[in-house]
Amino acid sequence: MKSLLKFIFELQEISYLIARIISGIVKGPRYFPEILKQMDLIGVQSVAIILLTGFFTGGVLTLQGYPLLAYYGGQSQTGMFVATTMIRELGPVLSALMIAGKVGSSISAELGSMVVSQQIDAMRALGTDPVRKLVTPRVIALVLTLPLLVIIADMVGLVGAAFIGKQLFGLDYNAFMSTARVGIEIQDLIGGVTKPFFFGLIIGIISCHKGLSTTGGTVGVGRSTTNAVVLSSIVVIIADFFLSRVIQVLLKQ
Amino acid sequence: MKKNLEKNFETGLSEGIERVIPAIEFRDVHLSFDDKKILNGINFRVRRGETKLVLGRSGGGKSTIIRLLLGLIKPDSGEILVDGEDITNYNETQMMPIREKMGMVFQEGALFDSLSVYENVAYRLHEQNIDEEQVEFEVRRMLQFVDLEDAIDKMPSELSGGMRRRVGIARALVGDPKIVLFDEPTAGLDPPTARTICELAIKLRDLEDVSSIFVTHEMQNLTYLCSEYATVSSEGELIFEQEGEKLCLINTEIIMLNQGKVIFSGKDEELKKAEDPYIKRFLRGR
Repeated sequence: MKSLLKFIFELQEISYLIARIISGIVKGPRYFPEILKQMDLIGVQSVAIILLTGFFTGGVLTLQGYPLLAYYGGQSQTGMFVATTMIRELGPVLSALMIAGKVGSSISAELGSMVVSQQIDAMRALGTDPVRKLVTPRVIALVLTLPLLVIIADMVGLVGAAFIGKQLFGLDYNAFMSTARVGIEIQDLIGGVTKPFFFGLIIGIISCHKGLSTTGGTVGVGRSTTNAVVLSSIVVIIADFFLSRVIQVLLKQ
Repeated sequence: MKKNLEKNFETGLSEGIERVIPAIEFRDVHLSFDDKKILNGINFRVRRGETKLVLGRSGGGKSTIIRLLLGLIKPDSGEILVDGEDITNYNETQMMPIREKMGMVFQEGALFDSLSVYENVAYRLHEQNIDEEQVEFEVRRMLQFVDLEDAIDKMPSELSGGMRRRVGIARALVGDPKIVLFDEPTAGLDPPTARTICELAIKLRDLEDVSSIFVTHEMQNLTYLCSEYATVSSEGELIFEQEGEKLCLINTEIIMLNQGKVIFSGKDEELKKAEDPYIKRFLRGR
């Protein structure tokens, strides 16, 4: 019963935070330089890990998929297999999980430290709403940059897959890319970019909420950081299932 | 001539009325966290230009009074008034103009780690989109007041504990607030630095007509704030003098909290004569 009440209370807090974020976007004051700064921190500074994740995910898909397809005589369809898997699922989900680990933890730790060192109170005392100043720019930056990072991951994934296919299995680049092109449908591309938009929202809101609700000093900062990453990752995976189904229903018909 | 006299009279009258209205007033304020009663019917007033020292042991609800006043938390019942305005049920938007009247000095300074000393002190002015030239003038004036102009380009991590508190004071004083709240500003500092912070509070009280709440549990602060006053000598030099036959301080009072209640309210001389065993133990430090 106590856990249920705690869950409902947390849901209420998150809903209130979302309402305040929307109010911050609609009414202002808006902190455009802060949004750009966060886009740089979240987006540009995450490119390296996204490149590595994308490249090796594409590579391992070829590594595992090629022998399996060859068993059924369909090795020429490796490009289609990799492109569909990468663009529909692995690109968005793995990028979101990497960003939840890197950015979600950093947002939660930063806001948590500001809470325990009374910087959030100081901000409010100086007449600034911390949600507008700190939360809204971070959420907007995540929502705008995550789809872009996913596009990079997808592209690099295909390059990695083609490279591994050529090096290990002698798969022709042109053959790989032409089957990939045939395999990708417009709804895959729409779904592949829509999902990270929601994932960015989920990671931003959960990380900011966990950071701002930190209690218990420096130990509390560690706890809320861990909770932010774990909860964001789980919610991203659950949301992926439902979003996939919604996209399937909306776009296939 | 008659019109001028009438105008002067009206201005004087409104100023007089303004001075009569307390800068801060708590009326029967109650607050609990879960089952724990933090404040149990707190009543007190802070007049204009007065310093109210809030004494009591750690965890006794002293800092809570300041957080309530800033609207960072809300009381369960009772009324909180600032300049005669009931702010008890104000929301964040309504609190913004009230907070502009107040400056807050936090226990550890609460400086923004990612901003330099200049940006910290200029924070409120930057939020109000004030011209940068004016911002720089104001920041330098405030840093001169706390004697830290040399540290203007440093980051908070490069400052000592005492310097951080002084930057915190400079940040709180930007915009010349008429109410300043000190939350244990000398905790953990060496005696000379603690003395400097108390001198700043005395300067604000005696030369700037600032009303303040000074939360502390250190008796040395009480001695400084209740027995010394700041004045400017004929050479224009700032000096601190002891009260005595020449002048008796009436603009500093003490309230002591115990178990969420005000158990003493009055002058330092009365506090020293109090018969309450808790107060006696507190004053003896045992």
